[in-house]
Amino acid sequence: MTEETSQSKVVAQKSVGEYFAAHLREYGLLLALIAIMAFFQITTGGVMLKSLNITNLFLQNSYIIIMALGMLVVIVAGHIDLSVGSVMGFVGALAAILMVNHDWPMWAVIPVCLMVGTAIGAAQGYWVAYWSIPPFIVTLAGMLVFRGLSLWLLEGQSVGPFPKEFQLLSTGFIPDFMPQGVSTTLADLFGARRFNTGALSIGVIASGFIVYFGMKKRARNKAYGIEDEPRAFFIGRNIIVIGGVLFICFKLSTFRGLPNVLVTMAVLTIIYAFLTQSTVIGRRMYAVGGNEKAAKLSGIKTKRMTFLAFANMGMLAALAGLIFAARLNTATPKAGFAVELDVIAAVFIGGASMSGGVGKVIGAVVGAFIMGVMNNGMSIMGIGIDYQQVIKGLVLLAAVIFDVYNKNKQG
Amino acid sequence: MTTLLEMRGITKTFPGVKALDNVDLRVEQGEIHAIVGENGAGKSTLMKVLSGVYPAGTYDGEIIYEGQTAAFNDISDSEKHGIIIIHQELALVPLLSVAENLFLGNEVATRGVINWPKMYQMTDELLTKVGLNEAASTTIGSMGVGKQQLVEIAKALAKDVKLLILDEPTAALQENDSQKLLDLLLELKAQGITSILISHKLNEISQVADRITVIRDGATVSTLDCRAEKISEAHIIRDMVGRDMSHRYPARESNIGKPLLEIKNWNVWHPEHKDRQLIRDVNFTVNEGEIIGIAGLMGSGRTELAMSIFGKSYGRNITGEALLKGQPVDLSSVDKAIAAGLAYCTEDRKELGLILEETIVRNITLANLAGVSKGGVINAAEEQKVAEKYRKAMNIRTPSVHQNVVNLSGGNQQKVVLSKWLYANPQVLILDEPTRGIDVGAKFEIYEIMNELASEGRGVVMISSEMPELLGMCDRIYVMNEGELVAELSASEASQERIMSFIVTE
Repeated sequence: MTEETSQSKVVAQKSVGEYFAAHLREYGLLLALIAIMAFFQITTGGVMLKSLNITNLFLQNSYIIIMALGMLVVIVAGHIDLSVGSVMGFVGALAAILMVNHDWPMWAVIPVCLMVGTAIGAAQGYWVAYWSIPPFIVTLAGMLVFRGLSLWLLEGQSVGPFPKEFQLLSTGFIPDFMPQGVSTTLADLFGARRFNTGALSIGVIASGFIVYFGMKKRARNKAYGIEDEPRAFFIGRNIIVIGGVLFICFKLSTFRGLPNVLVTMAVLTIIYAFLTQSTVIGRRMYAVGGNEKAAKLSGIKTKRMTFLAFANMGMLAALAGLIFAARLNTATPKAGFAVELDVIAAVFIGGASMSGGVGKVIGAVVGAFIMGVMNNGMSIMGIGIDYQQVIKGLVLLAAVIFDVYNKNKQG
Repeated sequence: MTTLLEMRGITKTFPGVKALDNVDLRVEQGEIHAIVGENGAGKSTLMKVLSGVYPAGTYDGEIIYEGQTAAFNDISDSEKHGIIIIHQELALVPLLSVAENLFLGNEVATRGVINWPKMYQMTDELLTKVGLNEAASTTIGSMGVGKQQLVEIAKALAKDVKLLILDEPTAALQENDSQKLLDLLLELKAQGITSILISHKLNEISQVADRITVIRDGATVSTLDCRAEKISEAHIIRDMVGRDMSHRYPARESNIGKPLLEIKNWNVWHPEHKDRQLIRDVNFTVNEGEIIGIAGLMGSGRTELAMSIFGKSYGRNITGEALLKGQPVDLSSVDKAIAAGLAYCTEDRKELGLILEETIVRNITLANLAGVSKGGVINAAEEQKVAEKYRKAMNIRTPSVHQNVVNLSGGNQQKVVLSKWLYANPQVLILDEPTRGIDVGAKFEIYEIMNELASEGRGVVMISSEMPELLGMCDRIYVMNEGELVAELSASEASQERIMSFIVTE
C-alpha cells in the first residue's frame, strides 16, 4: 500500500517540463503545424486563412490524408506501399471509363471501384504476406503495372467530364440544415455575404464531443491510476484543438459550408484512430510490426495481418482515386503520379518508424496537413516548384532526424 | 603484484537514477578478476565507463591505468590502450570469413589493397593461440557459438590486448565449450594477459578467478581474494543479494495427478534440409502438478521439440500424436495450441518473446487479448488492471507498467514473458531456458513461480542446460540426445553424473 502511494506521488510530482520533454514529439507536431500556418498567414498577407483557401486546403489534401491512413497501417505493420499513387490513378481511370464511356450509374461504379482497389491491395499483400517477397519489390512492380494499365485504359487521353452527382463527392458541400432565418441573421451579424449555420453547429457539437470524451478518458485514467498528461496540458491542448475546430468551421460557414470530403476524411480518421488504438486487430498490427516472430509465437496470424494491411491500403487508394477524379472532373493518365511519396512522407513526418510498430493515425493526418499547408502556402507566395521540392525534402529529413535525436537522448 | 587498473570512486548518474555510486575496483597485473552482482547492479555500466562508451567527463571519479590517469573518449581510444571488451552479444559479421572478421577495421593492407596471404597467415597464428582448429576462410555463420566466442578472443589478441573484459562469455555456451573458454583464459593469464570476467556462473568463477569484486545496487560490496582461501559460493551469493540464501531452490510438496499432456511418436524434419530428421520417435508425458525437465546439449533438439509441439512453429512433416487429459488435441497452429492450454516461453526473450519497443502492459496481454476486450474492442482500464496484478504477483521492478520493455533488466523482462503466458491461463507451460542470463535473486523468484504453477495442478516442462537447476526443480528429467529422448530419470535417481553419461553416449 505504501509503495502504491509513493508511486502515485512520483507521478504527480513529475514536473510539467519533464512531461513536455517526454512527449515532445506529439505536442511538437501540433505546434509545428500551428507555427507553419501562422508563418504563411503572415507571409501571404492573410490569404492562408481566408474561407476560400481553407476550403481549398481540404479539397487539395483530402486524397493524401485518406491514403495516409492506410499507409500508416502498412508502415506500422513493418511494410511499405509504393504503388498507391498508381493504384489511385488506375481506379480514377476505371471510374471514368465505366461512367463516361459505358454510362454506368454512380451507385454501381463506386462499390466496383472500391472492390477493385481492395483486390489490387490484396493481390500485392498476398505476395508480401504468403510468399515473403519484400514489399518494396512487390509494390514497385505494382507501381509500374498500374501506371501502365491506366495509360492503356485511357488510351493516353483524358476522359471526362463526370456526371454532376459524382463530382459532388469531392466538390459538394453539406447543405445548411438549420432554419434559413437563423443563418440570415448570423450573416448580417458577422457581415458575411451568407452564413451556413449547420456547419458551425457541427463544429460546436464536435467540440463538445472532444471535450466530453477527453474528460471521460481522464476520469477513467485517474480512477485506475494511469499516468495522464498534466491538467495544464490537457486544458491547453483542448483550447488549441477546439479553437482550431471552431475557427475552421466558422470560416467555412461564411463560405459554402462543410465540404463533403472534409466529412468523409474526418469520419475515416476517427474510425482508423479507433481501430488502431482501441481494437484487438489494431493492437495485433502494432505487434506484427514491433516483433513479427514474437507476435507469431503469441498466437497472432501475422501473415493474415500483413495481407489485411495491404488490402485495406488498396481500398483507401481506390477511394482517394475516386475523390481525386471527381475533383478534377476528369481522369488523366498522370493522375496520382508521385503521390505515393507525399503519402509516405506524411506518415514519417507524423512520427511513424521505418522499422514498424510505431506511429499514430493522428500523427499521420497532422503530418499530411503540414505537407499540404506548405504546398499551399508556398504556391500562394509564388515560390517556384523547384524550391518547393527542396524545402519539402528538407522538412521530411528534419522531422526524422528530430525523431532519431529525441530517441537517442531518451535512451 | 603491480596494479594495472584502478577505478576510484566512480559515480555515474542517469536522469533520475544513480547507476554507480562511488564504486572502487582494483585489478592487478596478470590476474583474472571476476565481477559479480545481480542484474542491474551496475556491472555493465562500470565496464562502459572503463571502455569509454561513457566518455570521460560524463562520470565522476578517476581511472588510473598503467599508473596514469586515463580519460577515454570512446571505445577506439580505450582499445588503443589495450583494453578490449567482448560483449555477450557477439559482434561478428556472419557472412564474412574468420580472417575478414579478425581484421575488420584493422585490415592487413598497403594503401587500401589487402594482402590476403599475410592476413591468412596471421589469422592461422591467432587461431592456434586460442586453440581453434578452423581454416581462415571459414565463414563465421557456419561455426557454432562456442567457436565464435573463441574468434572474438582471437580478435582481441590481434589488437594487442592488455586487459581483456568478457561480459558473460559462457552464457550461450555448452558445458564443454565453456570449459575450453575457461582453459583459454588461464592460458592467456600465463602469457601475462589480465582479464576481467563478468559472469553469473559461480562455479566457473571459483574455477578461474584470482579475485572477485562483488557489486550490489551500484556500489562495491566486497573484494574477495580466492588465492588466500577458498571462497564458498554461499559467501559470494550472500554478498550479491545482501542476504543469506541457504536454499537456492525453493522447497515444494509434489502432488502429482493424472496425465495432462502426452506426446506420442513425435517426429520432426528440418525445415530446409528435407532429409534431416531433428526429432525421432519422441514420447513423453507431463502430469498434473508436475515439473519435468528436459536435459541435453544445445542443438540436441530440445527447442525444436518444444516449438514443433507449440503450433508447429518449427520444422516440417511433423507427425505424432498429442493428447491433452487423454483426449486427442489439435496443436496445428499457435493460436490453437494456446486455446488448447499450452504456453511456450522462448529461449530467446528479445528476439522471440517480447516486443521490446512496446509497454509492459501491451506485452502482457498480447497472447490473450480476448481477455481484455469485448467485441474486438480493448478495454484499456481492464488491461491496466491485469498488468498491475502481474506486476505485483511477479514482482516486476519498474516505475510504471507503461514503461517500454526494452528498459527493463533481463530478469524483469523474463517476468514479463512469464506474465504474458500466465495471463493466457495455460494448463501446460513449456519454459525454454527460463533462467538464462538472469541473476540469482530473480532466478529464485522464477523457481517459486514454477512451484506455484505446479501446486495449482498445472504441468511445467523445463528445458535447461544447467543441470543443478533441473535437479533442484524437477520431479522427472528426460535426457535428450540428437533428437531422441534417451533416458527418463526420477528426481531420486538423477544426478549430474548420470545425466551427463546419457548425454555423452552416442
